[in-house]
Amino acid sequence: MLITCPYCGPRDVSEYSYQGDGNRTRPDPASTDQEAWNAYVYDRLNPRGEHHEIWQHSGGCRAHLKVTRNTLTHVISSVGFARDAGHRKSDGHRKTGAEA
Amino acid sequence: MVEQESPLKPVWKPGSHGNFANGVGVYLSETMPGSIVQLAAWPGEEKAVIAAIKKVAGVTLPDGAGGGAPGDVKAAFGFAPGKFLVVDEKEGLAEAFAKAVDISVGTVTDLSHGRTAIRVAGPKAEWVLAKFFAIDFSQVSFPVGAGRSTVHHDVFAQIQRTAPTQFDLYVFRSFARSFWTALCHASAEVGYEVR
Ligand SMILES: [Zn+2]
Repeated sequence: MLITCPYCGPRDVSEYSYQGDGNRTRPDPASTDQEAWNAYVYDRLNPRGEHHEIWQHSGGCRAHLKVTRNTLTHVISSVGFARDAGHRKSDGHRKTGAEA
Repeated sequence: MVEQESPLKPVWKPGSHGNFANGVGVYLSETMPGSIVQLAAWPGEEKAVIAAIKKVAGVTLPDGAGGGAPGDVKAAFGFAPGKFLVVDEKEGLAEAFAKAVDISVGTVTDLSHGRTAIRVAGPKAEWVLAKFFAIDFSQVSFPVGAGRSTVHHDVFAQIQRTAPTQFDLYVFRSFARSFWTALCHASAEVGYEVR
């Protein structure tokens, strides 16, 4: 499997570390909303097909990437920097990499 | 000035080795720069850091991912978004950058003692390096001056092509002896000279 890093170009999957499901929204750290934390820690879409994921190019430029991967075919249909995380539904508290 | 001690000393064997009967395929050496400095720009401050590299080191970096400028005395290249490695034959580069790069623009990290610089040159340089790293070493996709970040198992490496058949590798100092030994083994097939 190859992932095309927006900085480094196409690289083998062995250069990357999987950082988890990219559909989650982290609750405000000050929040005590148990439902929201439960959803963040445990709820997964587990789709058969396209899946939003976070990968780090740990054996390269070390940037965190948002990747859309098909769990059935491993086809990667989009890759971008996670710091430009405009694809997520914001809870109004989450800061993007640029703001944080 | 402190005398430099090479981590390669116990395994350093100058001369020709391996299958060199039909000519030497690669020349392996340690360049021992006095300064290896990493610069990181905060988002949006990349151009300011590139300007500081020009001001302090006199090296003009081209725009774009992995862009770099090779040189015998000073060299620089991008290796990650907003991050650059600058190398100088002389000591004192980190101090000069610390004065020129304000904390609001980015950060300066002195890696002079943390990295070992290894030069792989010669007609078979691409061939030997391709055994270690799964990246395209052809000159079309990896032009002279450009930099790449990649990895050989746990050995993280930053590579700059400094001439058509010459690459400078920056590896963690603690891994350098192990990597050098592997490099010698991989070069035996084409014949290599340590100098
Ligand atoms: Zn990358």
